[in-house]
Amino acid sequence: MSLLDVENIHSYYGKSHVLEGVSLSVDTGELVTLLGRNGAGKTTTLRSIAGVVQPKAGSVKFNDQEMIGREIHRIARAGIALVPEHRGIFALLTVEENLKIAVRDGWWKLTDVYDLFPRLFERRRNGGNALSGGEQQMLAIARALLNNPKLLILDEPTEGLAPVIVDEIVRVLIDIKRTGMSVLLVEQNLAVCEKLADRHYVLEQGRIAYSGSAADFAADRSVRDRYLALSA
Amino acid sequence: MLNLYLFQILNGLGLGMIYFLISVGLTIIFGLLNFVNFAHGAFFMIGCYLCYALLQVTGQFWLALVLGPLIVGALAWGAEKVLIRRIYHLPHTFHILVTVGVALILQETAVIVWGPVGKSIPIPDALQGVVLMGKFAYPKYRLFLILFSAVIGFLLWLLLERTRFGALVRAGSESTEMVSLLGTNIYKLFSLTFALGVGLAGLAGVLSGPIRGAQPFMGPEVLGIAFVVVVIGGMGSFSGALVGGLLIGLVQSLMTTIWPEGASLMIYGAMAAVILLRPYGLFGRA
Repeated sequence: MSLLDVENIHSYYGKSHVLEGVSLSVDTGELVTLLGRNGAGKTTTLRSIAGVVQPKAGSVKFNDQEMIGREIHRIARAGIALVPEHRGIFALLTVEENLKIAVRDGWWKLTDVYDLFPRLFERRRNGGNALSGGEQQMLAIARALLNNPKLLILDEPTEGLAPVIVDEIVRVLIDIKRTGMSVLLVEQNLAVCEKLADRHYVLEQGRIAYSGSAADFAADRSVRDRYLALSA
Repeated sequence: MLNLYLFQILNGLGLGMIYFLISVGLTIIFGLLNFVNFAHGAFFMIGCYLCYALLQVTGQFWLALVLGPLIVGALAWGAEKVLIRRIYHLPHTFHILVTVGVALILQETAVIVWGPVGKSIPIPDALQGVVLMGKFAYPKYRLFLILFSAVIGFLLWLLLERTRFGALVRAGSESTEMVSLLGTNIYKLFSLTFALGVGLAGLAGVLSGPIRGAQPFMGPEVLGIAFVVVVIGGMGSFSGALVGGLLIGLVQSLMTTIWPEGASLMIYGAMAAVILLRPYGLFGRA
């Protein structure tokens, strides 16, 4: 039994069948990436796990408990934190308020995330609308940590960020992983994925087309040519 | 002459604070729940009648001032659980249809319980008489109303701007999905906010009882003015409800001295002027 066991889920947007039987798992302490071209169903997979999209079939087991059919906030409280692609920073709230509304009992405290992202401490009184893209991403990750999840799910955290900032995010993700946090990561930047991941999945047209360890994936250049070349 | 204007300005402030209390509830509900509550005026009316009834039973205005809003808030909380939450996902026209129905139920209930003719409500003993400021005399109760509403407004501001609940309400007005993803039960937040917003209308009803009495058909007029205030101030804005409420209160009050026939007209004139200059209201966001 893994921490997260996604078993053959089918999800729809209206009538369009986006996920056609996706299965994947994440073990405790593992960092797993989900790769694939645009439109392959990566974001939908993450949203199905977090309960934003309700899969019509299959199962999402977390800590051996079924998550499908639960409300979003109950899934979050079970220990799954999703940082969406649009980051979801509240513009009307200050940086500190954005963080404080997420605080739940556990290991991560406000001072811990300020240590992790000193920039956020400097900007704690600023409005959420006054942040750069990189700062928004840091805030989104810090906020998810304060929820004290067992599984952190990130949807393209480095998208649209300058290389310096990408390096900083990668450094932080390595630190977070060292704390024993399990992470499921969707990321277009292959270099980032290879620095971080224990295992990879490749999604293609709503199905898992490939799965393998970081070493296997690095050795098998044909996988990226077949499934990822266009998105690089 | 100057004293007359001062008198009307103070009256306008009092009226404006009542409008603020009604509208701020409407605007918070709209901001977080994106819900149009046409029963808001009817809940205000119930507040007026509760002031009357609680005074009859207990003889204590202060008890009415505490219990009245709580009862109205509890009614709203129940209505939200049973009915309102089932229609959030529907278009605004359905919100209007259902809440107009709720308003009619409340109105007819008031007619059955208290009769179709209005009731007048005595000014509490402690607040009878006038306050003298030099040569200028002003009714004690009306002065109390201005100060008490200001205190409530300040406490409400603290609640919305300085507490976790307030931060969640503001966050929810931007994205309910993201608030849920952070583990907050958005349905509970909706119920509480709806009860709070409607409870404020109930408080406004209790407060204005001793001045204008209670009539079963006062709801629609009050609702109309509350919407004017919300449109002037900007949907979902606390400051907008305050400034809009005071503006309409002052316009209405001064006009009754300057041009009584045009008092209602000028309210809508003020709204039209604001919409022309700032389509989203004084403090509104696009």
